[in-house]
Amino acid sequence: MKHSDDTIDEMTAVIEVEHLRKTYGTTVAVADVSFHVNEGEIFGLLGPNGAGKTTAVECLQGLRRPDSGNLRVLGLDPQTEATTLRRRIGSQLQESALPDRIRVWEALDLFASVTPNSSDWQLLMEQWGLTDKRKASFSSLSGGQRQRLFVALALVNNPEVVFLDEMTTGLDPAARHVAWELVRAIRERGTTVLLVTHFMDEAEQLCDRVAVVDKGEIVALDSPQGLIATHASEIRVIFSTDRTDLSWLEKIPQVHQVERLGPRVEVEGSGPVLALVATALVEHGITPTDLRIEQPTLEDVFLRLTGHGVHD
Amino acid sequence: MRTLAKLTWVEIKLFIREPITVVFTIVLPLIFLFVMAGVFGNTPEIDPETGKEIFRGVGATDYYIPAYIGLVIASIGVVSLPVHLTAYRERGVLRRLRASSIPVWTVFGSQVVVSFAISILGTILLIATAIPAYDAALPESPVLVLAAFVLSVLSFSALGVLLGAILPTTRAAQGLGLILFFVMMILSGAGPPREVMTEAMHWISDATPLRYVILMLQDPWLGFGWNVQASLVVLGIMAMAVLLSARFFRWE
Repeated sequence: MKHSDDTIDEMTAVIEVEHLRKTYGTTVAVADVSFHVNEGEIFGLLGPNGAGKTTAVECLQGLRRPDSGNLRVLGLDPQTEATTLRRRIGSQLQESALPDRIRVWEALDLFASVTPNSSDWQLLMEQWGLTDKRKASFSSLSGGQRQRLFVALALVNNPEVVFLDEMTTGLDPAARHVAWELVRAIRERGTTVLLVTHFMDEAEQLCDRVAVVDKGEIVALDSPQGLIATHASEIRVIFSTDRTDLSWLEKIPQVHQVERLGPRVEVEGSGPVLALVATALVEHGITPTDLRIEQPTLEDVFLRLTGHGVHD
Repeated sequence: MRTLAKLTWVEIKLFIREPITVVFTIVLPLIFLFVMAGVFGNTPEIDPETGKEIFRGVGATDYYIPAYIGLVIASIGVVSLPVHLTAYRERGVLRRLRASSIPVWTVFGSQVVVSFAISILGTILLIATAIPAYDAALPESPVLVLAAFVLSVLSFSALGVLLGAILPTTRAAQGLGLILFFVMMILSGAGPPREVMTEAMHWISDATPLRYVILMLQDPWLGFGWNVQASLVVLGIMAMAVLLSARFFRWE
């Protein structure tokens, strides 16, 4: 939303959070969080474990009562209109389970019966790769299969908003990519997605906008590209050479720093720094075969904003 | 209603897939029948020392059949139902159901229907074994026995939901449930006949819900009519359990 118009945003906002606060005894889980999610968006809450992401989402689902703040999901109050709300949203929860001996098809059939406008659970079972496991009991499923079943259960009532909390935790890389494709497919149907994750690449790949959460507060909120441009614009150009005098590189205005580690040279800069460095290298008769560029990622943004890594 | 029907059917299947529970709830009373009917037969007896009737003046097998029906009902109420509900809470199943807008009354309702289904199954097995094998009598007043049966299942289901609501963990539910079950089994009418018990045993027995459930089932079964006092106690227990469950139930 470059030319953000408040009235239009209000109309299309399906999730509105203003000054949400939630404490458990003396522990502050969510200090003061405000954001809104537009219709059809994939919105990410990104942060380390214990940052307060799950608590915030549970307040939105009406599973927890916030200490203070105004919450609206699909125009409904999650506290007083929880029953109506839960029929229109889908939730994939952390720390939930099904009975050990329930079978995959039984769970889907049961959860599909809650709302009259449920989607075809056989189709969902197919889409999420569970058809082979339809008669398998919950306890016999692998972590990845359970995760896929939970996502399928979150979608079975044809929700307008779906909450995915650490959806790809426990999935192998191939399954993660399949899951990402399916999240994109969910959005194609017009469903708004609120994605909770501690995976930087996941947020970067999927989200239209990301709120970076740390210690119960949002420290930045923008598109992944916007976050990177604002908070970690440094691009790194890397190559090898045995030439010792490279002072001419530092004269390029877009170059901020040149570092040498033996033959390896790392040039930090911004904007069109790659093209400029490459041209200068050719002009000086250097044609390295290993010239490459490292773009900043959300990981760098996170480090910059919080002073610690996401897994610390 | 569709969800209640589906959840109930799933719960019945889950119960049957848990062999230990099936054995404990349904087969254990059959084993007791086998032992008690084998030892005491089915002829009315007089205590040789006191000269008084034991087993309320009827044959032991006839005495024990309604008692073991009560035992099946009690076993579901104090053991399997609380263990089931606490495990659901502990493992996040309740959380999962709640997030999908499955109402709490559906969860409880399905448990009550399952209690009925298992109790009926247990009762049929007991009668089907006792009549051909031990020449036991059918109930004298079937309609009153049926009424007592319905009231008993409702009351013990409510008690089970209450235990599931207030006990913090599955371990606590298992521990307390088994103690309650065995104390009631021995002292409340399913063990030695009341006539041979000490007064202290009578006190404990009179404090257990199973005592009144068994009296309520046994009286019309043996032709003594409807036991008003016992049925009032059972109703009272049910009302109290429902109120306290509504007050103390937690999803997580």
